[in-house]
Amino acid sequence: MELNGGQALIKSLEMEGVEVMFGLPGGAILPVYDPIIDSPIRHILVRHEQGAGHMAEGYAHVTGRPGVAMVTSGPAATNIVTPLCDAYMDSIPMVVITGQVALPSIGTDAFQECDTTGITQSVTKHNFLVTKAADIPRVIREAFHIATTGRPGPVLVDIPKDIVDPKNPASAMKWYWPTASELTAGLPGYKPTTIGNPRQIRKAAEMILSARKPVLYVGGGILKARAAEALRELAELTDIHVVTTLMARGAFPDDHRLCLGMPGMHGNYTAVMSMQESDLLVALGSRFDDRVTGRVPNFAPEAKIIHVDIDPAELGKVRRPDVPIVGDCRLVIEELVKAVRHLLDTGSTFPDRQAWKSKLSGWQERYPLAYEPPVEGENLKPQMVLEHLRDSTPDDTILVSGVGQHQMWASQYWKFNHPYTWVNSGGLGTMGFSVPAAIGAKVGRPDKMVWSVDGDGCFQMTAQELVTASAERIPVKVAILNNAYLGMVRQWQEMFYDERYSEVYLSPDLPDYVKWAEAMGCVGIRVESPEEIQPAIDKANSIDDRPVVVEFRTDASEKVFPMVPSGQSNSEIQVPPFQRPDGGAGQKEISQ
Amino acid sequence: MTAYPDLNRVVTHHTLSVLVENKAGVLARVANLFSRRAYNIFSLAVAPTDDDRFSRITIVVDAESAPLEQVVKQLHKLINVVKISELDPRASVERELLLATVRADVTTRGQVAEVTRIFDGRILAVSHDQVTVSLEGHPSKVDDFEELLRPFGFAELQRTGRVALPKLDREAPRLHTVKGKVS
Repeated sequence: MELNGGQALIKSLEMEGVEVMFGLPGGAILPVYDPIIDSPIRHILVRHEQGAGHMAEGYAHVTGRPGVAMVTSGPAATNIVTPLCDAYMDSIPMVVITGQVALPSIGTDAFQECDTTGITQSVTKHNFLVTKAADIPRVIREAFHIATTGRPGPVLVDIPKDIVDPKNPASAMKWYWPTASELTAGLPGYKPTTIGNPRQIRKAAEMILSARKPVLYVGGGILKARAAEALRELAELTDIHVVTTLMARGAFPDDHRLCLGMPGMHGNYTAVMSMQESDLLVALGSRFDDRVTGRVPNFAPEAKIIHVDIDPAELGKVRRPDVPIVGDCRLVIEELVKAVRHLLDTGSTFPDRQAWKSKLSGWQERYPLAYEPPVEGENLKPQMVLEHLRDSTPDDTILVSGVGQHQMWASQYWKFNHPYTWVNSGGLGTMGFSVPAAIGAKVGRPDKMVWSVDGDGCFQMTAQELVTASAERIPVKVAILNNAYLGMVRQWQEMFYDERYSEVYLSPDLPDYVKWAEAMGCVGIRVESPEEIQPAIDKANSIDDRPVVVEFRTDASEKVFPMVPSGQSNSEIQVPPFQRPDGGAGQKEISQ
Repeated sequence: MTAYPDLNRVVTHHTLSVLVENKAGVLARVANLFSRRAYNIFSLAVAPTDDDRFSRITIVVDAESAPLEQVVKQLHKLINVVKISELDPRASVERELLLATVRADVTTRGQVAEVTRIFDGRILAVSHDQVTVSLEGHPSKVDDFEELLRPFGFAELQRTGRVALPKLDREAPRLHTVKGKVS
C-alpha cells in the first residue's frame, strides 16, 4: 500500500490505538492535519499549545495510556516545552509530534524554524528528527514503546514538512508496521529491567520481618506500575503503615486504617514524623525528592532503606539504599509478598510493634490536620471549601489541581480512596496545569466527575482552554480558590521575608471571574459567604452540558500547615500556631 | 542549604568507554547530559568502531563532580547508549596525541629537537622561528612533554583527549562492564 508520509503518520497513530489527540495546526504540520479528516482519531483543537501538552498529560494520568499532542514548528514547539518538562519530571507517558521546516531549510533560520530536538533533549525521555518518510512507522512505534515502557516519560517526534507533503515525490512510502522483534532490534541500547533480583527481594523480606518501626514510603511509581492492589496486599500482610507522596495520592486508600497520608514539606505531622523516626523505610516507586526529605543528612537518620524503582539511576541518587531493587513495582511487590509469606509459613514472626503503633496513633490524635474556624463576615477558609466539595462529590471524583497553596490543601483535605483520581504537577510545579489537565482527564474518563481546584494565579495562566472545553462539550468543573494573591509566595514572604510582600498581590475582582467564565461559554458562579458554598457546589454538580467555574473568595492570610521550612530537617516541622503548646505565642524564629 | 563544591579538592579521573549508536546527534546528547547534571568532562574522544552501526566515546570524567555510579546510570538512560565500560587505568592501555607549534629560532631549535627526540616524538614542520612537533603516548608522558616544551613558548597546542582499551594479559581482559540497563 502506497501512502504519503502524512497518511503514514496518522495510520501509525491508529495502529498504536490512539483514540484522541490534542493539538493546533500550523504551516509546517499542515500535511499531517489533512489525513486527520479521514481518521477515526478524535482531534481536540486547543487555544494554546501548552494546553495541548497538559491535556495529553491529564489524559495519560487517568487512563494510563500515552497522551498524544500534535503541534506545528517554531513557537508551537517552544510552547509545548513546559508540558514536556512537566511530564518528564512526573514520568507521564506522552508522545508529542511537532512539525518542522522542510529538510533543505533546516539550519537556515527559516520562518518558524527552531532546533526542536536540541531544545527538548533534556526534557524528554528521547526525541527523534525523522528524515525519511519511510522511517515514520518505525519511529512512531519506537516513540510509543519508549514513552510507555520502563520509567514512562515524554517522547517527541519532529517531522520536517517535505517528508509528509504529498506534493513532494519523496514523501511517498510503502506502508509497513514493524514487528515486535524489529522494534527491539532497532533499539539496541534500550532494555528496561522489570523483574527484581530474587536474592535482593528475599533480603528485603527478611528486613521487613525484623523491623520494629517500618513505614512504606510510596511514590508515583506505584501508579505508573498499576501496583495499587499489590501494595494493599503487602501493607495488609505485613501490617505496615503507608505514606503516599504527592504523586501517589490515591495509590493507597486514605480511609484505610494503615494510611498515614502525605509526607513532606506540607505533609501531615504523623506522616512526616513516622518516616523521620522509622527504622525501616520501604521506598516503592518514590525518589527521595527534596520536598519529601527536607534536609537530606537529617532525613530518617535511623532508617534502613529498601528502595524499589524501575529506574536504576534513582537508587542511590539521594540516599544510599541498604537493599536496592531495580524492577517494575508491581512485579517486585508481588514477589515480595510471596517472600514474606514464605518466611511467615516457615516460622518467622513479626516483632512486637505495639509501641510504634501507639506512638503513631498518639501523633494522629494530637496533631490532626486542622484549621481555625472562619470568622463571621470574613472571607472563606479554603480548607472549608475543599471539605464541602469533597463531601458533596462522588467518591471516585477526579481532582485536578494547579500548583501552590490550593494544591497542598487539596492534597491534604481530600480523601483519595481510588487510584488515578488525583492529577497534579508535582516535580516541575507548573502553575496553570490544572485547567487543561482537567480537560484531558475528562476526555479520558468521561464517565467520571472531574473537578479542577485552582488558584486565582494559576487560573489566569491557562484559563483560555475553557473555550476549548466549551467548544468540545467537555463538562469540567473548576473551583477557583481566589485569595487575590500568589498565595504560596505570599506565605513565604510572610514567614521568611519579614512580611515584605513583593509583587504578589493580584486582585479579587480583576478579572471578573464570573464574567470571564461566561464569556468562555461556561456557567460562572461567585461564592462569598459560607452559606453560599453548598448551593453553589450542588448547582455545579448538576450541570453536565458545559463547563462550570465557581469562584470562592477565600482568606488571603490563611497559610498551609504543617510546614517544614525549605532546607531544614523534617524534625523542625511546624504545626499551625493553635496546635503548639503555647498556642503560637512564642512562635520560634524561622530562618530559611 | 546548598552544598558548594570544595575548590581545593584533589581531582580524580575515571575513564569511561561508551559504546553508542552511530546516529546523528548522539554526541550532543552525551555532552548535554553532562552539562545538565553538572558533571565535569576532563577529556572526550569519539570515533567510529569496526562495526559501522556503533561509535565509541571515550570520556575521562572528573569523578569528584558527581559519584561515578550516578554518571554511569544517567548515561545508561540515554536510549542511544548501548554499553558502558569503566576502564581501570591499571588494567588498560591509554594513548593520546599531542600536536604543538613551538617558538624555536636558531638558538633554541636544537633544544626543542633534543626534547622531542628524547620523548620519541616527531618534528613535522620547521620554519624560521617555529617548529611543529607531534607526540603519541600515554597521557602522563604527553603531560611531561608539554611541560618541557612550555618554556620555549607555544604558538599553538592541540591534544586529542585520551582513548583507551582494556589491557591484554594472560587472563581475560579485565573489562568491567557496568551492570544495569536502564529505562
